[in-house]
Amino acid sequence: MTGIGNYVVLSGVLFAIGGVGFLVRRNVLVALMSIEVMLNAVNLLLVAFNRARPDALTGQMFAFFIIAAEAAEVAVGLAIVLSLFRIKRTVRSDEADLLRN
Amino acid sequence: MTLGDWYFAACALVAVLGAFVTVSNPNPIRGAMGLLTMIVSIAGLFLALHAQFLAAIQLIVYAGAIVVLFLFVIMLLGPSSQTPRDSRGRFARVTGGTLFGAFFAGAGFLVLRGAKWAALPPPDADFGGIDRFGQVLFSKGVVPFELSSALLMIAVVGAVAIARGKQAMHGMPGTKEQADSHEEKRT
Repeated sequence: MTGIGNYVVLSGVLFAIGGVGFLVRRNVLVALMSIEVMLNAVNLLLVAFNRARPDALTGQMFAFFIIAAEAAEVAVGLAIVLSLFRIKRTVRSDEADLLRN
Repeated sequence: MTLGDWYFAACALVAVLGAFVTVSNPNPIRGAMGLLTMIVSIAGLFLALHAQFLAAIQLIVYAGAIVVLFLFVIMLLGPSSQTPRDSRGRFARVTGGTLFGAFFAGAGFLVLRGAKWAALPPPDADFGGIDRFGQVLFSKGVVPFELSSALLMIAVVGAVAIARGKQAMHGMPGTKEQADSHEEKRT
């Protein structure tokens, strides 16, 4: 039986994978991709709850705006990665310490 | 198990595998491929949830634009996009990841206790289609829709400004040096 619970559990698993990857990995590119994984999990959850309450399309509308905001986030994030690489010649997140001393 | 259950199980398995490859592979190109796999299987799940328009948007925007942008940057950085493995600060990272995973396991336990597993009744025929979605988007969501266009515009301009850096600003039309070089050419 594929009910709403299956989607909630799958979305939670995907979000946990993305969150752990974001915390553990130090490559900035992989951190950005982990954010993608988390946002996709949230999108899946919104669409699944919208399917459980099909009288309005609010959840799908939220997912649509999340996709739009995420395109903006990726553009700016990758620009920052390129900028960091130009200054430090690396994409490790703990090398980004220009404000430290 | 019905056909829909098998479809959900296959898509879910592929999505989890893709997400795992994304966060665990040391090579970012393979990570991007894992991200692509996960995105396509989530588009398949959107189809199973009667969200046809969002499935199309997912394929166009994520697989077509975002993953390609990632691959473009990875190719631009070349071999230095792959960071060497070292263990500095490993304790803090592993502790953070473990705590996060543990909290999520607890939340998952609560979800498993209270979730509804019964199959959902089929929705209206036009649920999730582009006509009804467009009506909702341009009546209830017209203000955030317009604001998101402004957001994308600002993000593109900001991304260009960040990625060009200071050096590239020299020689732009309108700056002082450009005017000076024009003067030199003329004399």
